[in-house]
Amino acid sequence: MQLESMYQEIILDHYRRPLHAGLREPFDAQVHHVNPTCGDEVTLRVTLKDAGDQPAVADVSYETLGCSISQASVSVMADLIIGKPVSEALKISAEFLQLMQSRGESEPDEDVLGDAVAFEGVSKYPARIKCALLGWMAWKDATARALAERGDAVALDTQAEADGAKS
Amino acid sequence: MTAFSEVAGARTAEPAVTDTLDVAAIRADFPILGRSVRGGNPLIYLDSGATSHKPRQVLDAERDFYTTHNSAAHRGAHLLGEEATDAYEGARTRIASFLGADAGEIVFTKSATEAINLVAYAMSNAATAGPQASRFVVGPGDEVLVTEMEHHANLVPWQQLCQRTGATLRWFGVTPDGRLDLSNIGELINPRTKLVAVTHQSNVTGTVPPVSEIAAAAHAHGALVVADGAQSVPHQPVRVKDLGADFLAFSGHKMLGPSGVGVLWGRRELLEAMPPFISGGSMIEVVRMEGSTFLPPPERFEAGVPATAQTVGLAAACDYLDGLGMAKVAAHEEALTAHALEALPGISGLRILGPLTTEHRGGAVSFVVDGIHPHDVGQVLDELGIAVRTGHHCAWPLHRALGAQSSTRASFYVYNTHDEVDALADGIRQAQKFFGVA
Repeated sequence: MQLESMYQEIILDHYRRPLHAGLREPFDAQVHHVNPTCGDEVTLRVTLKDAGDQPAVADVSYETLGCSISQASVSVMADLIIGKPVSEALKISAEFLQLMQSRGESEPDEDVLGDAVAFEGVSKYPARIKCALLGWMAWKDATARALAERGDAVALDTQAEADGAKS
Repeated sequence: MTAFSEVAGARTAEPAVTDTLDVAAIRADFPILGRSVRGGNPLIYLDSGATSHKPRQVLDAERDFYTTHNSAAHRGAHLLGEEATDAYEGARTRIASFLGADAGEIVFTKSATEAINLVAYAMSNAATAGPQASRFVVGPGDEVLVTEMEHHANLVPWQQLCQRTGATLRWFGVTPDGRLDLSNIGELINPRTKLVAVTHQSNVTGTVPPVSEIAAAAHAHGALVVADGAQSVPHQPVRVKDLGADFLAFSGHKMLGPSGVGVLWGRRELLEAMPPFISGGSMIEVVRMEGSTFLPPPERFEAGVPATAQTVGLAAACDYLDGLGMAKVAAHEEALTAHALEALPGISGLRILGPLTTEHRGGAVSFVVDGIHPHDVGQVLDELGIAVRTGHHCAWPLHRALGAQSSTRASFYVYNTHDEVDALADGIRQAQKFFGVA
């Protein structure tokens, strides 16, 4: 079955044993995102810290109500970006978005995306791309808010990219 | 069990003749059922509740209109214009006869959703439309009554009407088994009630609420009744005079017809008193710079060049369905539903949302499977060639009321077979195996 290309073992592992799950204190921003077509939800918190001269991701905590793809995706994301500078996390996020829009035609860079390369198979199923992106869009939104709280002016065109992901 | 045994007996000749319909012959009319899908599997289409497939006869009727008569109905003095007008008005007459209605009571819209919005917006336009429209006026102190079971299309327009006018939205709840909870009907329908909007068949649970009983209670207080027939008109014999409602909305694409055409049936005296919703060309009587007067119904509600080919296709769909016999269509779906209600609950960890018998119930079977999200169930089924709907099916409050975040829905129509129901049950078991929950 082709199913294995979507539901790779890495994805099923994250789905069954999600990393960094649960909502933790303290946090700098919290968002609640919903996929209106299926009702899947994620509540996600971001905590930032200072790393040298730039903000970094101290913690990402979350609660999800959703399918295996959306749950695994947020788990993979949290594990990838916790501890990284925000600027680097944003680059990973952009790369992941590109992968999800590739219809299985790109060669993802495992050095950048880590376990997230496993989502290449999902990109062949347009109906599931939004599942994979739910957590990432929530993280970008929460991070934009947290940065705004701190007064850090970082251009984050979250909505434009989310809209782009629909096409 | 008895009902199912009878069904099982009829299954031996699969997929040929059932007690009621010659399914093999029907399937031959639907070209799309001959294609293969993922992995080269034959298509098993269990998503007719979302949209139905179209038989050759409907496609031919549309094509014939375009190749032979195409022109703008109700415009122009040329021959094609006359033929297009005849085709359009002929379609109106055909659809009226399908419902036991008068042609003048059939308003073409683009969808069931638009048909419901037409009534909702006409009601908010009524406040400034003169004394003849007074019975459509709602405002503070008035109540609009809906149900928790509604598709968003028969809920959100009424929420919006209340927001625009200051009226209060109230609703019937649902019972744990997915029936309408009518225990407080005496309180919910009262002298303040101006309108009751209720589905004639739930798109999630298949529940068929007692519309005529609800309508009688509403009429006793002078309230109007809108029935959402999007899931009933395609699947059971519907005679508007027996239904009891004042308005009935449905769409063409769910009943073997083309997309882009819907219908609002309304009692003539109400349509005559109702102000327009969408205005513009072909709905006017006289236009001056200072203001305009409007045509009688149904033209008053049909601004713009109509979707004539689509109405012709819908009329052909009515011919097709009447050729099969709507009672037989309903019996066929009841047998498939009985089969599903027997086969699915036997799967461990599976819960059906809605009634577990076919009594007052149509052929939408929604369910949840412990430990597997509906999206993932649907993905495994898709891999096997089985098309189902996953999500909340535009009925989010109903899912909440039944304790489900979302569900997987199989819905049946004239071309479905008992083998396909068995394939569904097998597919669900395969999903459980794949995700290691069985």
